[in-house]
Amino acid sequence: MSELAEIISRNEDQIRSEWTRDMSKSVERADLMSKTELDEQCSALLKAIVDGSRVSGVREITGAGWNAARDLLTEITASRARQGFSPSEVATFVLSLKQPLFAAIRREMSKSADKMFETLWGATELLDGLALITTESYIATREEFIARQQQELLELSTPVVKLWDGILALPIIGTLDSARTQVVMENLLQTVVSTNSKYAIIDITGVPTVDTLVAQHLLKTITAARLMGADCIISGVRPQIAQTIVHLGINLEDVITRAKLSDAFALALQRSGRTVVRIGSAGSAASGAPRALAGPLAKQED
Amino acid sequence: MERIPVLRMGSLLLITIQVDMHDKLALQLQDDVTERISDWGSTGVLIDISSLEIVDSFIGRMLANIAAMSRVLGAETVVVGMQPAVAITLVELGMSLPGVRTALSVEAGMELLYGAGAGFRSESDHERSEA
Repeated sequence: MSELAEIISRNEDQIRSEWTRDMSKSVERADLMSKTELDEQCSALLKAIVDGSRVSGVREITGAGWNAARDLLTEITASRARQGFSPSEVATFVLSLKQPLFAAIRREMSKSADKMFETLWGATELLDGLALITTESYIATREEFIARQQQELLELSTPVVKLWDGILALPIIGTLDSARTQVVMENLLQTVVSTNSKYAIIDITGVPTVDTLVAQHLLKTITAARLMGADCIISGVRPQIAQTIVHLGINLEDVITRAKLSDAFALALQRSGRTVVRIGSAGSAASGAPRALAGPLAKQED
Repeated sequence: MERIPVLRMGSLLLITIQVDMHDKLALQLQDDVTERISDWGSTGVLIDISSLEIVDSFIGRMLANIAAMSRVLGAETVVVGMQPAVAITLVELGMSLPGVRTALSVEAGMELLYGAGAGFRSESDHERSEA
């Protein structure tokens, strides 16, 4: 089955010029890549197709002989996906080879209709297979993109902040899934150890919905913190979420919950034996702004 | 034979686990703790596991057992200094050690056991009273 290879190598220049001409009509993106680059890619792919059909035959597109063609195509597609080509534009790169190739086959095999049909069929299958490879590698490149962005989002979105000596806050934004909970939990526990904090406030104001799974993840985090000797307070429970929790029958009996972060902070201060007092007498109001300080700092102010 | 030391600090017992636990060692420790509590009339047991990097369900159960045994003998148990990885592992294993109290450090554990007004004061309390 190397007739196709012979036809291509005999008519290479003509096929390539027709191919690039066809492409320039439909999908050429002069804004994204230059003409010389396109020409290079075309001749490299034609050469790989010739080699592949010589070594492994036209029908064996998964064979070892096609490795070079497959790799080349994957590489081209990946670079195009990154440049911003659409999937159909990428697939058309291969599919627009059909017309010039078929024309060449017709010229060479006009004598025997049977033979021409057989070769045409082989070429069609081959080009469809190659087009499928481009689509698959296009999607793979995009998925890689998405996975990397998810990872970055994960690392950015779980800060642990120190509110006071021994009191941490962990504002959670976005839905809690298993992977995120793992990161949140590790972050929180590490910070509990490094700052020697007895209280951790988990603020769920930014969590859009709390279902049983999210609640379970929260309880896991709280249990792990308790095992290390830190107490967790959940804050930022919106009225809607409080209703959902009760309707779902989630048991948060053993967990301290508060409506607002400020309430939770006040509770943590109180439990660690500190009180918030206004400086000066109530009538003087010298500074105007209420300056509320607690614990060791309040003492320094005295 | 290898043995985990049980130290006496006033009315407390301090146990620091620094080696890999195995069955014999754990049984020996349970024996020692219960003996000491009844001998010395201790009211609290501090188990420091800050140098344990790896736990399994066996050690988890052992901690729960020691806590339960001490409670029967009238002593409160506090597990202190658990590492984050250890805590995560125990939670994933489904062992939340419900009967065991925990603290971040030995000092915090002591404070917890002595409670308020029992004569023990932490450094920050000293500072506050001096100020």
